[in-house]
Amino acid sequence: MFIDFRELYQYRDLFRFLVWRSIKTRYAQSVIGIGWAVIQPVFSMIVFTIIFGNLAKISSDGVPYAVFTLTALVPWTYFSNSLSESAGSLVNNTSMISKVYFPRLVLPLSAVIAKLLDFFIAMLLVFGLMAYFRIAPTWNVVFLPLLVVLMMSAAAGLGAWLTALAIQYRDVKHAMGFVVQLLMYAAPVVYPASLIPDRYRLVYALNPMVGVIEGFRAALLGSRAMPWDLIGVGAASAVVLLLSGLMYFRSRERLFADVA
Amino acid sequence: MSNHAIQVENLSKAYRIGLKEEIPDTFMGAATGWLKAPLRNLRRLRRLNTFAENAGQNGDAKDQLPEKNGNSCEPASDTIWALRDVSFEVQPGEVVGIIGRNGAGKSTLLKILSRITDPTSGRAVINGRVSSLLEVGTGFHPELTGRENIYMNGTILGMTKREIDRKFDEIVDFSGVEKFLDTPTKRYSSGMTVRLAFSVAAHLEPEILIIDEVLAVGDQEFQNKCLGKMNEVAHSGRTVLFVSHNMAAVEGLCMKAIHLSGGQLSHIGETHDVIAGYLQHGLTIASEIDLSDHPRRVRGMQSVLKSVSISLGDGSSVNQIPLGSDIRFDVVVDPPRPIRYARLAIRLFNSVGLRVTTCHNEYQHPEPIAIAGKTTLRCIMRNCRLAPGAYTVNLQFDDHRVALDKIDSCAGLEIIPTDIYGTSRVLPTHAAIVFPEVEWSVRAGGMGERLAASFKAC
Repeated sequence: MFIDFRELYQYRDLFRFLVWRSIKTRYAQSVIGIGWAVIQPVFSMIVFTIIFGNLAKISSDGVPYAVFTLTALVPWTYFSNSLSESAGSLVNNTSMISKVYFPRLVLPLSAVIAKLLDFFIAMLLVFGLMAYFRIAPTWNVVFLPLLVVLMMSAAAGLGAWLTALAIQYRDVKHAMGFVVQLLMYAAPVVYPASLIPDRYRLVYALNPMVGVIEGFRAALLGSRAMPWDLIGVGAASAVVLLLSGLMYFRSRERLFADVA
Repeated sequence: MSNHAIQVENLSKAYRIGLKEEIPDTFMGAATGWLKAPLRNLRRLRRLNTFAENAGQNGDAKDQLPEKNGNSCEPASDTIWALRDVSFEVQPGEVVGIIGRNGAGKSTLLKILSRITDPTSGRAVINGRVSSLLEVGTGFHPELTGRENIYMNGTILGMTKREIDRKFDEIVDFSGVEKFLDTPTKRYSSGMTVRLAFSVAAHLEPEILIIDEVLAVGDQEFQNKCLGKMNEVAHSGRTVLFVSHNMAAVEGLCMKAIHLSGGQLSHIGETHDVIAGYLQHGLTIASEIDLSDHPRRVRGMQSVLKSVSISLGDGSSVNQIPLGSDIRFDVVVDPPRPIRYARLAIRLFNSVGLRVTTCHNEYQHPEPIAIAGKTTLRCIMRNCRLAPGAYTVNLQFDDHRVALDKIDSCAGLEIIPTDIYGTSRVLPTHAAIVFPEVEWSVRAGGMGERLAASFKAC
């Protein structure tokens, strides 16, 4: 049995309180509070619009660059934040790990779930901006929940890998910051996936966020048809990431208290 | 399936500790060392777990482990056996105390039993729902309010939200912080936080409860309350494992005790016998005791305390010290560097592990003591009126606020009854910790007028 779902279910209340603790404490004692969830993508959007949209004149599939990049930035911000949050979740809770038994998996998973709140708030911003530019979503929005699940699986899978590594090798923490930033260029955040030559298209889609981001654009902005090929490849790689991540996490789990 | 609550078979746990760093003495040495550092670090970090893996799945790889007494190929230099071949059983409903000196493996045993860490070999079978309390307040977040932290901490300890809801009022009541329930705990005093944390823990209702010395929290009143609660738990028919250095608490709560020593099980049986054995364990009553390489030196301390000798005030050495005599402690120290504010603490513990008194030059000698090189510090305790019985001595030597050396139970002494009251009768030793100088007088009638008046004025 590679994951004890029954046990995870027994600890569902802990899971809930951890999610809630991280939401409640993240913006405690800050003036802007939950506003920070919006500020991060908005400022990136402004900078990208000026540099990539106006100066470099990168194609945005015929929609205003600001809304083009924001629809990508919101899922990307979720992805990168939940990666760093889950990678830190064990390291920041070593006292809990070494003093109490509970299924360790709840720590990175709760981090991935907690970040959804930021995501939904930022999504409101996307809809606001779409209204401003008078862009109506296509009927493909019904697939958004699917894309969100795909995005969460990718984050949880990679998060599980990083978490299990980070507890033993603190290098992960140092690397996270800039690697995540660089990785952004491996996803169509500032440019459209249509810029990628067809030959590399499917290799490119191995990054699950490619399918997610292009899917968001297709569903919300209707700039092109739903890229099911990208989403399909991305989903396959997300499943592999998730399963392997959980397995790796499980195999390391019993050592966490010793190496922490 | 057995019907034991806890069954432990040949449990062993090894820890890898880092090897000593080499300190380069040349610039080139430092430079190459610095370049090689990532490689060395990787090897070191990897070994933190490769070892446990080699040692086997669920401990069937016993043969790979070095034999107890033989020196096998295992690189033992950086391996510490926190537990070695420990086996015992606990029946449902038993309250078992686990005692032993620092580093005897008590905490490791509890960690394995509460599934926080896996044994290197051997196995532990537990029948029933376990809650372990190795610390109070795990998961407390300073930004959360008291109410929120109760739920957070409770769920971490394995309670469900419904269980906490049901006990919420009780928990709050017990902690005595109801006025501040909606205040973030970072605004609490540390005592309040600890009280709240203990209250949550005290209301767990597992079938098997594992407790590590969490009793030593709060003020005296709260400690008594905790002990009362513990007593209640112990008599509620639950299985309890209880680690403590407080022999009085162990004796009061537990019917059975386990004495661990150096990672091995040294004695198991009736609490009283085990405690007696523990206190006698390896204790030397000798006039001069060499401390330079003492096994019970606290880990991480350097060898500054060299020897101690205990004698009567006139210097005559005896094995037993008559009640009411002067006791002389001569402690030889040899610090590696001159010390301006030497502090020496001589602490006496009685047979139930209670610290009864401390001789400390900082509080008892008028001037600071400066030391350079080998020095003998002498302390004479006049007219020692500690109750007859066996005492252990623990020494600590500090350079101002920095502890340099500390040895637990490095010497023992026995005080024997004498007729100090001149009545040819001796107060039973269990009646007191000290035998004070007293004066009795008798007067006929009730309290005199004058006495009563002065009493009222108070």
